[in-house]
Amino acid sequence: MDAQPNAAHGHTEAHAHAAPTGFIRKYIFSLDHKVIGIQYFFLALVSVFIGMALSVLMRIHLIWPEANLPFFGHLKPETYLTLLTMHGTFMVFFVLTTAPQSGFGNYVLPIQIGAPDMAFPVLNMLSFWTTFVAFVVMVAAFFVEGGAPLHGWTGYAPLSALQSAGPGEGLGADLWIISIAIFCAASLMGALNFITTILDLRAKGMTLMRLPLTCWTWFVTAMLGLLAFGVLLSAGILLLLDRNVGTSFFVPAGLVLSGTVVKHNGGSPLLWQHLFWFFGHPEVYIAILPGMGVASQLLSTFSRKPIFGYRAMVYAILGIAILGFLVWGHHMFVSGMSPYLGFSFSIMTMAIGVPSAIKTFNWLGTMWGGRIRFQSPMLFAIGFVSLFVSGGLSGPFLAQPALDIQLHDTYFVVAHFHLIMGVAAIFGIFAGTYYWFPKMFGRMMNERLAQIHFFFSFIGTYAIFMPMHYLGMAGHPRRYSQLSEVSYLHGLMPLQKFISIVAFITIAAQVIFVFNLFWSMFKGKKAGDNPWEATTLEWTVPSPPPHDNFAGKIPVVNHGPYEYSVPGAPKDYVMQTDPAGAVTAAH
Amino acid sequence: MGLVLLVVVWLITLISTYYFAVDKWHMLPLASRHGAAMDSWFHVTYIVVGVVFLAAQLALGYVVWKSRDRSGARVTYSHGNTKLEVLWTVLTAIIFVGLNLAGSSIWAESRFQGAGTNAVQVEVTGLQFAWYFRYPGPDGKFGRIKPELIDASVNNAVGIDDADPASKDDITVGTLVLPVNREAELTLRSQDVIHSLFIPAMRFKQDAVPGLMIHMHFTPTKTGEYEIACAELCGLGHYKMHGMLRVVSQDEYDKWIAQREAEKQQ
Repeated sequence: MDAQPNAAHGHTEAHAHAAPTGFIRKYIFSLDHKVIGIQYFFLALVSVFIGMALSVLMRIHLIWPEANLPFFGHLKPETYLTLLTMHGTFMVFFVLTTAPQSGFGNYVLPIQIGAPDMAFPVLNMLSFWTTFVAFVVMVAAFFVEGGAPLHGWTGYAPLSALQSAGPGEGLGADLWIISIAIFCAASLMGALNFITTILDLRAKGMTLMRLPLTCWTWFVTAMLGLLAFGVLLSAGILLLLDRNVGTSFFVPAGLVLSGTVVKHNGGSPLLWQHLFWFFGHPEVYIAILPGMGVASQLLSTFSRKPIFGYRAMVYAILGIAILGFLVWGHHMFVSGMSPYLGFSFSIMTMAIGVPSAIKTFNWLGTMWGGRIRFQSPMLFAIGFVSLFVSGGLSGPFLAQPALDIQLHDTYFVVAHFHLIMGVAAIFGIFAGTYYWFPKMFGRMMNERLAQIHFFFSFIGTYAIFMPMHYLGMAGHPRRYSQLSEVSYLHGLMPLQKFISIVAFITIAAQVIFVFNLFWSMFKGKKAGDNPWEATTLEWTVPSPPPHDNFAGKIPVVNHGPYEYSVPGAPKDYVMQTDPAGAVTAAH
Repeated sequence: MGLVLLVVVWLITLISTYYFAVDKWHMLPLASRHGAAMDSWFHVTYIVVGVVFLAAQLALGYVVWKSRDRSGARVTYSHGNTKLEVLWTVLTAIIFVGLNLAGSSIWAESRFQGAGTNAVQVEVTGLQFAWYFRYPGPDGKFGRIKPELIDASVNNAVGIDDADPASKDDITVGTLVLPVNREAELTLRSQDVIHSLFIPAMRFKQDAVPGLMIHMHFTPTKTGEYEIACAELCGLGHYKMHGMLRVVSQDEYDKWIAQREAEKQQ
């Protein structure tokens, strides 16, 4: 685990390339990991606004199903389902699988390990533009005949496998699958790049156990992606074949749709669920792990204290990743899968709560006894911990199949995954943005606006998603376009109205963030090399860094990444590149 | 700022906990036998999770305030504490895995064993966007189904083949009628896409999957009318795929069946 990276110097020579000239080479088809990271970040920013807009329409329709909206007119039930499907799809793929890993990972990882760029810069550029093509194909699904699909981001067959199963299940569904397949290919490219970079390009002295926890999460997330996205790609190809070529991977015999007997036979709808969730469960860890890395980084930096239990944190990341591949069946307790499998998936799912709990204890332990500076990145890191705890604790209910019977496919599940993915992971992105913005753009973001953004978002998202637990326990199924047809839902309308109103306010408050982002790029206070007084390698170079990060002088690492408040040291932080002997404790 | 964060986190935590505790938007009143153990296990989980939730969030608020930067504060330089690490890891594992194992018999009881021999037999068919319930009649056998024969306009929404003698006494209706305090065995199937039969008052949910015949059982313990909702996205009419369960006395049930059989023979 502590082996030196081999022949690091030889590799860096091979990857150094001259600074590009011309607008196209510098900003469009750039090979520079920093530009590519920012491109991914802005793709995710556009996607999150698409996702939020879709959710606003959904929330309006839920509480005013008969409303006649400007431009959209009256929304039909099938339109609601399309909004829901595309909301989930854009958010999970183009926001949560993009910004934390491909956005921040690309920008920060090479600098944090002391490399001039990623191992494969051309592949890196290709992976971004492939993701972009996937994005365009996904958007196109809205505009073809029949519109975008309505089968949910989970795309269960046979609903997704039969073109006549519903509006949008024609060309729109094909484009949805194709877009995801292209996204899979892009992710596989990115994963290869990240893994190779971390294994091969670490600077001298940057042992694995001196890697910042951000790098560990990008590393493990890339491994998850490498193993999981191939399965989704395969499943997508099989689905495309069932839909267009007459195969029957997922469609059994004897089905009747709109009065016509369907010709397929021999397929299994459960096969789709197994394939999808074998990918789908690691996917949610792909979405959250980088945010955990950012939280660890920030909690230590802004508490001026080493991370509590670095080794345990690494083991927890690995534990979460490995167990993450063994729990997919917990999405399928009432699917018709064998109940014995239900039991075993359930035990593994409870087990994954253990490494998650370790991380939470260690975050608290990191802050305890520190000298906390409440700058904006830290606010969001603290918010991340709170939201992760809240979202994670609905897990023990859902993980027990006997209890899941009542809660499966209700708003209880919607509350659970939104608190973790739709808020905690997003807070990880916000935290990373406020933290690394100075490095990326050479200017600080406005602190006052950041604080306002934080409080609106923190209180607002709790107000949106906590009540959804109550809706779920009361039996409110998910993916219902309106409450009118089931009597026991009528009494839940006041709560739905409350959620919608709070959602509108919270989403509106995100304008503060966007304004701050763009205004600060041009008018923000100029930032120095190390505005946060942090220890890791990206803070040893100018803001923004030169093209090859280190101006030809690859650093040598002498310390771990969390040497804050070291007794006897001249300042309350020791940078990783400071001379050896500046730290009295062994690390 | 530390104090503000403490107040905000504590308020959110206490308000959420309050609403969980008073159970304002509660589960529908229980009306099935196996549901009692589920509800009681729900409460146990509630308390365990509730204690952890309160402890973690209140601790977070407190730590953030207590460890705020102020003049004269000194940082304890430490990379952690292995003993503590091991302690809370083991404790968490015992609580989480223990909770699961302790509650696993509830799942086993309802799912590892089939229905008894005296159970009322009902075949449930889900289709876009309605539920149909078929009773086998005195011969106890369900007649053959042929998809080509599906025709709601002649009252054959399920596609029963009348050429099969077993079909003669089959009754197909849009409302599920069951006798109280007697086990019911439901065989779930689907005609088109995946649906899910969700009867919240019975604490019952099971997907109806095309290509599969899934056997489930439960025992209703109170007479009354209970709503059925579809709990798996099945298309544009998912929200209105609504059904009803009527639980009646054994006498009423026998009369209802006899009436339906008589109508069928006419």
